[in-house]
Amino acid sequence: MVVGSTIEPTLGQADKALDVENLEVVYNDVVLVLRGVSLNIARGAIVTLLGANGAGKTTLLRAVSGLLELHRADATKGSIRLDGHDVTRLASASRVGKGLAQVMEGRRIFTSLTVEENLRSGGIAAASRSEANDTFGRMLEMFPVLARRLHDVAGYLSGGEQQMLAIGRALMSGPSMLLLDEPSLGLAPRVVEQIRDVVVEVNRHGTSVLLVEQNAAMALSIADHGYVMEHGRIVREGPASSLLADRDIAEFYLGGGTDRRSYADVKTYRRRKTWGA
Amino acid sequence: MSSSGWNLTGDALAETLFSGVAVGCKYALVALGFVIVFKATKVLNFAQASFVLVGGFLCWQMAVTWELNFYVALLAAMVGGAVLGMVVEQLLMRRLLGEPPFALIMLTVGVLYVLDNVTTAIWGPEDRGLQDPWGSRTVDLGAVNLAVADLWTIGVTSAALLAFYLFFGHSSLGLAMRATADDQEAALAVGIDARTVHRVSWAVAGALGALAGIMLASGAGSVGPGLGLIALVAFPAMILGGLESPLGAVVGGLVIGMAQQLTALLQPEFAPWLGSGFERVAPYAIMVAILLVRPYGLFGEREVRRI
Ligand SMILES: Nc1ncnc2c1ncn2[C@@H]1O[C@H](COP(=O)(O)OP(=O)(O)OP(=O)(O)O)[C@@H](O)[C@H]1O
Ligand SMILES: [Mg+2]
Repeated sequence: MVVGSTIEPTLGQADKALDVENLEVVYNDVVLVLRGVSLNIARGAIVTLLGANGAGKTTLLRAVSGLLELHRADATKGSIRLDGHDVTRLASASRVGKGLAQVMEGRRIFTSLTVEENLRSGGIAAASRSEANDTFGRMLEMFPVLARRLHDVAGYLSGGEQQMLAIGRALMSGPSMLLLDEPSLGLAPRVVEQIRDVVVEVNRHGTSVLLVEQNAAMALSIADHGYVMEHGRIVREGPASSLLADRDIAEFYLGGGTDRRSYADVKTYRRRKTWGA
Repeated sequence: MSSSGWNLTGDALAETLFSGVAVGCKYALVALGFVIVFKATKVLNFAQASFVLVGGFLCWQMAVTWELNFYVALLAAMVGGAVLGMVVEQLLMRRLLGEPPFALIMLTVGVLYVLDNVTTAIWGPEDRGLQDPWGSRTVDLGAVNLAVADLWTIGVTSAALLAFYLFFGHSSLGLAMRATADDQEAALAVGIDARTVHRVSWAVAGALGALAGIMLASGAGSVGPGLGLIALVAFPAMILGGLESPLGAVVGGLVIGMAQQLTALLQPEFAPWLGSGFERVAPYAIMVAILLVRPYGLFGEREVRRI
């Protein structure tokens, strides 16, 4: 059933930016959502995680960033390592201190704060104030839209601007490992392109990236490696190029050249058909 | 204030409005304490009233029994209130984190009763004078007599509010508090330590409550078990302001304070049939009236959210 086994056995512990091993997550003490997930990210790589709705992608990100408790969930088995350090039981703030940052599903910017305050809040966890100030300057260069609207209340930005803000805020802590949960969701193709460029740019500066996406074409076009998750398990994995060439992936995630290109169509289609059955 | 027979003068009105501002300042401090904890934790903290009570008694203990300088005692009592706030947060609230807010609210009611009884057990049930340096002295501006204690109340409250404004609006920790209030999970995700935010919120609420208690007991007031009850009048002030708005808490406090003093001045004259002591009901009447027009309170915001 589980197609993938541990990959790249030559990869040493120290070469992994993120190493999730046999992770099991349970909600409310009863709902088993992750059923032994193993996934790792080589330092400096972009890895994408694909999967249907409800597969457990967001849950995996919550586990990695230490937000399970807030959702009454718990990691009952397995381990999570950041840069070789076991963080499975660490508080979220400590994980950010170890170089982890996350762009959450649904953007989740602070809607009542200004654009500048949103960015600054991301810098609270930075190593030092001067470092946060430097990063702030770089964010303004990277996101001119935000620079122009620094003192506007963030809740009034457009969807695309909000996503840029969410990414900028996450980058303010100067992360070495960035998690992104469906950053292109609901955005126009031109904005999706911008987001892709930003992710590539961030990665070029040395940040490892885990990109959860519905937009598999975009994700696989920039990723080094990909995983496919279904019902809380990893069911496929491989180099992005081989996943791109895979007929099943093409059918499920790239629209297969049929009329299932739209987001809603693909979502309903996915709900009907599943992997690995 | 007004003597028998109708003789409302501009002077009497000015005096009333001034004392209304002073009373309002005290409510504003308590209401701000409520709002800070509510913003950070979504818990309606009834124990705020015990911070007021304990603050008053601590100041009395240090200034009267131990004969410390009054201003030193005032600051020390505020620190005591802050510590008490942190202890309540640490010992009780933290254990119930993630439970439904209702359980937490009941817990604060429990804390209120326990602290009330502990206070009475330690200091006894009688009212005592705070022996503050202001007493019942007045400053006379022509025919207008202003209580020195009221002047100090307004000055000290203004300073406390300014300090709070700078802290909340312009410090990193203040930003962390506002971010947490906006979206707790997102705040955690950017590395803000929610526990620190909660602890600081309770500490600030405790310090503000203690300051309010001291101000309520100063001048013509006294320290006694009833101090906590007066503090509950700040409750309508908070609701009036809109639960989550610090500015609203301050404005709400001032509105309630002035309304109370004006009612005391005017109601016996214009509506004696409402009976005596109606000014104690007035805050709630105003709260109901305003909520009918603005269900979110004066400064409550309907959320701006775009997903
Ligand atoms: N707080 C929660 N309590 C109980 N179950 C939950 C909770 N959050 C998620 N789940 C369940 O866990 C499963 C995985 O959800 P998750 O959000 O991780 O999926 P996902 O892959 O991110 O889906 P999507 O593509 O729709 O974002 C779902 O079946 C969902 O119902
Ligand atoms: Mg998700």
